Amino acid sequence: MNILISAVGGQGALLTSRILGKLALNLNLDVKVSEVHGMSQRGGSVVTYVKFGEVIYSPIVEKGTADVVLAFELLEGARYASYLKRKGTLIVSNQRIDPMPVISGVMEYPDRLVEELRELPISLYNVNAVELAEKAGSIRATNVVLLGVLAKTTNIEKYEWTKAIVETVPKGLLEINLKAFDLGCNI
Amino acid sequence: MKKLMLGNEAVARGAYEYGITVATGYPGTPSTEIIENIVKYENINAEWSPNEKVALEVGIGASIAGARTIVSMKHVGLNVAMDPFMSISYPGVNAGLVVAVADDPGQHSSQNEQDTRYFGIAAKIPIVEPSDSEECKEFVGAALEISESFDTPVILRLSTRVSHSQSLVTIKEKQDIILKDYDENPNKYIVAPAVAKKRRVIAEDRLRRLEAFAETTALNKVEYKDKKIGIITSGVAYQYAKEVLPNASYLKLGLSYPLPENKIKEFVNSCEVVYVIEELEPIFEEKIKSWGLKIVGKDVIPTIGELNPEIIRKALLGRSIEGVSPSFSKELPIRPPILCPGCHHRGVFYVLKKLGLHVAGDIGCYTLAAFPPLSAMDTSICMGASIGMAFGFEKARGKDFAKKSVAVIGDSTFIHSGITGLIDVVYNKGNTTVIILDNSITGMTGHQENPATGYTLRGQTTTSIDFEALGRAIGIKRIKVVDAYDLSTLEQVLKEETLAEEPSLIITKRPCVLLKRAKMVNKALIVNEESCKGCRACLKIGCPSISFKDNKAQINKMLCVGCKLCSKICKFGAIIAIGDED
Repeated sequence: MNILISAVGGQGALLTSRILGKLALNLNLDVKVSEVHGMSQRGGSVVTYVKFGEVIYSPIVEKGTADVVLAFELLEGARYASYLKRKGTLIVSNQRIDPMPVISGVMEYPDRLVEELRELPISLYNVNAVELAEKAGSIRATNVVLLGVLAKTTNIEKYEWTKAIVETVPKGLLEINLKAFDLGCNI
Repeated sequence: MKKLMLGNEAVARGAYEYGITVATGYPGTPSTEIIENIVKYENINAEWSPNEKVALEVGIGASIAGARTIVSMKHVGLNVAMDPFMSISYPGVNAGLVVAVADDPGQHSSQNEQDTRYFGIAAKIPIVEPSDSEECKEFVGAALEISESFDTPVILRLSTRVSHSQSLVTIKEKQDIILKDYDENPNKYIVAPAVAKKRRVIAEDRLRRLEAFAETTALNKVEYKDKKIGIITSGVAYQYAKEVLPNASYLKLGLSYPLPENKIKEFVNSCEVVYVIEELEPIFEEKIKSWGLKIVGKDVIPTIGELNPEIIRKALLGRSIEGVSPSFSKELPIRPPILCPGCHHRGVFYVLKKLGLHVAGDIGCYTLAAFPPLSAMDTSICMGASIGMAFGFEKARGKDFAKKSVAVIGDSTFIHSGITGLIDVVYNKGNTTVIILDNSITGMTGHQENPATGYTLRGQTTTSIDFEALGRAIGIKRIKVVDAYDLSTLEQVLKEETLAEEPSLIITKRPCVLLKRAKMVNKALIVNEESCKGCRACLKIGCPSISFKDNKAQINKMLCVGCKLCSKICKFGAIIAIGDED
């Protein structure tokens, strides 16, 4: 399984990839997770890759090979849609965060992204993740709402997912995150 | 037990398992997490050093004094450490000395793509090169063994994808390594010509012995499968190639310098076509071609940038994988990294821009002020360069130009390599105005302590450097400390200090807004829509919390930390704190 997570720096892509890594480890699969640190974290576009299966060589996902793109922001979902294989799954939060060229008025935030993504030969989940995360108790749990949606699309047992979350997320935040995960699973 | 570990975390684990007891380094992406993870092992005496040169010198001392040692840095950090690095090659070591250097192909967070292998070759110091986290850990052990058997420091060459990828690691028990005796041996460690000339011969002989070792070591692994295609590779490029061609034959070079000539000749002669797939420079390729062997390398594999499976697939198989091809009616705007909401650098650069000053900048979060809309920095070349460069402006163009220029440098970068530049300005009678942006942390690499923060790597309180006293000791008479949020004072001070015909030091103080110990507690601001005239002046500071809708400013309450910088800039008093509505 090849998963690409795209987000805006600070949205919790790293934690999400670590939950997925834990999930694969618990399933006794070979797994690689590739992260981005440093300069790109400061509110920029960030990408992490998670791959698991029998044997994994490259830690990065090649274009056209992602089973899933998990995007925490709409524009970032569109940006990495080309990494999906045919019939792949795009799970995207419908949240809009304006990048600097849009804020400063140099460019426009494209207004037809969802419609245009719908035309692709993929399964598209356009999720109201921020609202669900707020319902769970914190907007910071948006990432785990989306993880819930991802769980729903796979054959991996639900308890494996919650186990991975319990083993990765700091204890103080666990309740909110498990709630967020459930809300994602049940959309 | 198997654990999923970041490459850098696995290097730290390797340090622990193989008995390293001293670790030093300076933060730099992608190497930072080595030291951050090493500190978790209580028995390792670890530190953030002021810079890489000092880190390596402490490391060399520790090795001679008998402790297995690791020194960590990013590729350009090795430039700073080059003097001790070149100089320790001939004398060699006592206990094992590993220099972990992380290259950044693709320049994710760096000013260049220099290939550390050249530095090993220049210093005649061997290089081991892991391709995943398991090897990161095990190659620390291998490097220590080579170091002690051959009496040489060893480079552990990492790269962004090796350092920052997690893969499975087998956790082992810690080995019992006893502290060696202090090696009191002036005939080895005093590199005066009489000694160094003898050591030069020994180093050359060491290289011959290492070449012989390269032929037999398990670090260099031959995997014969289909012999139609043979691939010689190292590091993460091995993983990329395996993904594309799992059934080809491989010679994976875990010891990437010196190379095993016979082993390579045998491999090349056993395969029909041999590709050399190396990230960055054609170092293997040129050496192998010099032996008269026919191989394909940089004719098809790019030198520039990071490799990936797609590049290798196109180069070797002439095709790529067909996925989906989205097309969008509007161009997707880029999302560059930006200064955080509330960042105290923002106001400083807003004022610098307003005054139209030439800004010699430096390396840190604040380099982001070079980009729109702030666009308030002219140069950023290497760590610490700002001060010397601003003085260079003055040397070339005279005092009047100095009155229109400043050097801007962060606290950690100033300590790293800015101090000597400041001494030069004073000593050689310059007028340069230097601003130290003191946010009490090493920011860009993710919050590391430094000599200005008052804390050590282990979080113990310690003496923090006093920049004012330091400035006075150097001989600067004009020193001003300004609150970075106080824009009017800052503007006034800048006008005065740039005009002064002597060196000035301005220290802007405010802890990084992301620092837990300095957490901002202010509430998000709001826009009074009746007062907002839609002039867009607030957009000039490039704060991601502010955007425009229906020609009125609006503030994203999730992002805003209430620093009030925008409300200071708004001429109409339209941006206010909740509760201040009237």
